[in-house]
Amino acid sequence: MDCDTIAGIASGMGGGIGIIRISGNDALRIAGEVFRTKKFAEQQTEEKWSSDYFEKKESHTIQYGYIVNDDNVVLDEVMVLLMKNPKSYTCEDVVEIDSHGGPFIVKKILELLIHHGARLAEPGEFTKRAFLNGRIDLAQAEAVMKMISSKSEFALDSAVKQLEGRVSKYIEEIRQEILYNMGYIESALDDPEHYDLDGFAEKLQKTTEEEISKLQQLMDNFENGRMKSEGINTVIIGKPNAGKSSLMNLLLDEERAIVTNIAGTTRDILEETVNIGNIVLNLVDTAGIHDTEDIVEHLGVEKAKEYLNQADFIIYVVDASVPLDESDMQIMELLSEKRGVILLNKSDLDSVVLEKELQKKINWNCITFSSKTADGLSKLENYITNSFLDGNISFNDQIYLTSIRHLEAVESACHSLQQLLQTIEDGMTEDLFIIDMMDAYKKLGLINGETASEDLVNKIFKEFCMGK
Amino acid sequence: MSYTYESYDVVVIGAGHAGCEAALATARLGFKTLVFTVSIDSIAMMPCNPNIGGSSKGHLVREIDALGGEMGKNIDKTYIQSKMLNLSKGPAVHSLRAQADKKDYSREMRKVLENTDNLVIKQGEVAEVLVEDGKVTGVRTASDAIYPCKVAIMCTGTYLQARCIYGDVSNNTGPNGLSAANLLTQNLIDLGIDVRRFKTGTPARVDKRTIDFDKMTEQKGDEKIVPFSFTNTPEEIEKEQVSCWLTYTNAETHKIIMDNIDRSPLYSGNIKGTGPRYCPSIEDKVVRFADKERHQVFLEPEGNYTNEMYIGGMSSSLPEDVQYAMYHSVPGLENATIVRNAYAIEYDCINPVQLKASLEFKDIDGFFSAGQSNGSSGYEEAAAQGIIAGINAAQKLAGKEPLVLDRSQAYIGVLIDDLITKGTNEPYRMMTSRAEYRLLLRQDNADLRLTEIGYHIGLIEQERYDKLCHKRELIDSEVERLKKTTVGTSETVQKFLEEHNSTLLQSGSTMAELLKRPELSYDILSVIDKDRPALPDDVCEQVNINLKYDGYIQRQMRQVAQFKKLEKKKIPNDINYDEVYSLRKEAVQKLKDFRPASVGQASRISGVSPADISVLLIYLEKNGK
Repeated sequence: MDCDTIAGIASGMGGGIGIIRISGNDALRIAGEVFRTKKFAEQQTEEKWSSDYFEKKESHTIQYGYIVNDDNVVLDEVMVLLMKNPKSYTCEDVVEIDSHGGPFIVKKILELLIHHGARLAEPGEFTKRAFLNGRIDLAQAEAVMKMISSKSEFALDSAVKQLEGRVSKYIEEIRQEILYNMGYIESALDDPEHYDLDGFAEKLQKTTEEEISKLQQLMDNFENGRMKSEGINTVIIGKPNAGKSSLMNLLLDEERAIVTNIAGTTRDILEETVNIGNIVLNLVDTAGIHDTEDIVEHLGVEKAKEYLNQADFIIYVVDASVPLDESDMQIMELLSEKRGVILLNKSDLDSVVLEKELQKKINWNCITFSSKTADGLSKLENYITNSFLDGNISFNDQIYLTSIRHLEAVESACHSLQQLLQTIEDGMTEDLFIIDMMDAYKKLGLINGETASEDLVNKIFKEFCMGK
Repeated sequence: MSYTYESYDVVVIGAGHAGCEAALATARLGFKTLVFTVSIDSIAMMPCNPNIGGSSKGHLVREIDALGGEMGKNIDKTYIQSKMLNLSKGPAVHSLRAQADKKDYSREMRKVLENTDNLVIKQGEVAEVLVEDGKVTGVRTASDAIYPCKVAIMCTGTYLQARCIYGDVSNNTGPNGLSAANLLTQNLIDLGIDVRRFKTGTPARVDKRTIDFDKMTEQKGDEKIVPFSFTNTPEEIEKEQVSCWLTYTNAETHKIIMDNIDRSPLYSGNIKGTGPRYCPSIEDKVVRFADKERHQVFLEPEGNYTNEMYIGGMSSSLPEDVQYAMYHSVPGLENATIVRNAYAIEYDCINPVQLKASLEFKDIDGFFSAGQSNGSSGYEEAAAQGIIAGINAAQKLAGKEPLVLDRSQAYIGVLIDDLITKGTNEPYRMMTSRAEYRLLLRQDNADLRLTEIGYHIGLIEQERYDKLCHKRELIDSEVERLKKTTVGTSETVQKFLEEHNSTLLQSGSTMAELLKRPELSYDILSVIDKDRPALPDDVCEQVNINLKYDGYIQRQMRQVAQFKKLEKKKIPNDINYDEVYSLRKEAVQKLKDFRPASVGQASRISGVSPADISVLLIYLEKNGK
């Protein structure tokens, strides 16, 4: 069977050891090219490294050494497990590299392997090969089929699904634009009398540039997206001493906090990720840095607006024990036309602020709350959960790619569109535009499952693999 | 009283463009063939436009020729003008079209048929295809004569229960007043075949002497012509050419049509059949493109020995008086005498999804169908199916596998795959946009794509095949040479580049790299290519295209490789779709109806989703092991 060489991360990201698996005809060669024994890695010898190192080794042995990049810089110290065909997981030549370097290094090694001719394994592709080569019990395929048929029966119920939906929509819009332009060219080729191609190339050039920049944005967002993929951006806002920090602390109850201080995701504001029910909130703690200062005053209205604009959901904390003042008015001004909830804090004290008074300004639900006694916390949680499931909260306009498979598809589509630009620039005729447009269209279709069936089978095997 | 006559291997029903190719193929492959026609004078008749080829149709003709068919040779003998269309576009859409002398075309084809061994022509109407135990045993004519045969090929064109209509006038005849074939339809229905009704139309013909050509633009043929047949050289068939003429409809024409649109049988409901969207009548065009101020009208000679001129672009089924007013509103036709009226024709045809890719009915062993009776439109589409049906009838008789061209091999493959997989709700017309891999399916390389196949089938003689192999060698070695030949930054080279507005070289380059530049070509580069061997024009053309579009060709080939993966996954005949766990009901029904031969084909059936295909793939993998 045809088995080009694939490489992929066989362990989960994170955790102590990362395992990178390579499988296929060139697995031994590729591994041999990036591997060095200690002697060679430390350049204690004048000899030239011979990349048929693994070909000469016995099957089912472990080699110790280093992975070096093309400039002979050591990336990591590794153990390499060698399994020659057919006695391997996929029945092909398989090499597994055990790395200790953490996700970043694992990714670097993977990139290096791809650079040396391996193809990035689709999710589940090792399992698929194992299956096709008769290595795995076929009964498992039944389970996969069940999964497909049940897919449509359940509503989209998780944050991730919703995120995927938004990526699909974003991608689909680009695909439709490409499709329309292909359709126009085709019509003009078949019916030149009624469809005119004068000036079309210039127009297409512009559209294509825009499409490329949209895709570029997706690629730029990729790293960010992995971190954020599962969260709702939530901003807590309120005037000084309204109780923002206390709320934050309540929400950040140890049991809930998943990750703290994700460096680099925000610039001058801390961000925390918490679990509420099945929903993940990315809490932007505007209270965290300058607790005593008015956020609006401190950051300026424009900056505050920017945070609020990035928010999917806003929690407006009001100190109910003191009358509303100018700061509250200012804040509410910023909140109009946004989504969120009002917390009437300090319910343990006498309340002087009325719901009605607030709701005249912004039409949000009010929850009475005490950050002292945690009274109202479960109400808040329920409210957030229900709003999300009802679709009242959705993610903000940022679209993130979360899978490396999708990233690869976007990169490849982008590449095709760049070739299209070249074709236009070279003054080639319109009929030649179609080839790259079709490639871009199909590649993007991999993301939302609109493209050819073989890829969909791969998608199934992705689920298949996850189940293992 | 019925009487049994001589038996044949093959009976072909109809001697139009499909029937001729089918009959010639079976006879040439050594099978005793009988071809029926309602009139021997109408063999290979062209009842509509007086030309062969055109955008994408020209590709079909060259492919037919490459496989060893007759259409290309016949138009080369009888053309009166030849033109390569779309030369301002890329090579994939260059398309050859030739005006024919209609009478000559028909006469020459008849001559070929009459002089082919194993081939008998008979005037008569076939009333029944005899089937026993799901197998063809013979045909019965309207005169009750029975001709036993092993294989029957239906090529009935537009003749089945044909009716010609304009305004409220309607005649139960085939095209040009020829008698219709009224008996076979019932037999098809009795055989369980799904029959439907399509319509098409033709414009009026006018007397050349009454046309004012001063108001029209002359459309000349090419000075350097390209023959349709790869067996001919331009020099061999060069001749003096006649001109066509271009004029336009105008606001008045459109007003006349709109004022009388209620009298059109299409709009009044008198015509029930579905017409071709891509070959619309003038009234369709005026309604559909309401914002267009004018439409092109081509005046095309019907032949060298007649004054009749065809009014291309203005087919119609409006009443006679409206036709007169409408045609007379066109500049140059003000005083034109109309010789024949425009009319629409309705006819019975079959739903082609009942056919295998070999064009044999899935349920009737030995019964093939080709041409317009399969729901296509056009002479070329008909002929393309004809030769494939003929070849596959012969393959069957010889106990061999059928010839199935796939979508990446030929326009013929696209045509047949579309018909049998997607079906069609209107007369199907070939178009460039239907071919996904058209950069590979060019008219100029049809021989390189298909002649070897024709040779193995037995329709291409040894000498022609040897020539092809030689041509291929010449192309390959010249491409190799250009890839290896380097030019430096010498003064001659730089001066040459400057002359052609091409960027000067910084360092050496291969000839092949230079050729990729849009402003240069193989021909232009000859100036700085000292060691170039003398090569025939067709070889030079291939070298130029192969190198110039190399990147695009490579990318298209990768697309083809992707496509082939699913085409290669065959679905066994005896698959039980009910057993395929978790296949959706709609998909089960569609797959049962269509019985696709491969997963690739299944994926093109509407109503079968990508997820269904996944399920099917897994099932096949599982059961294949």
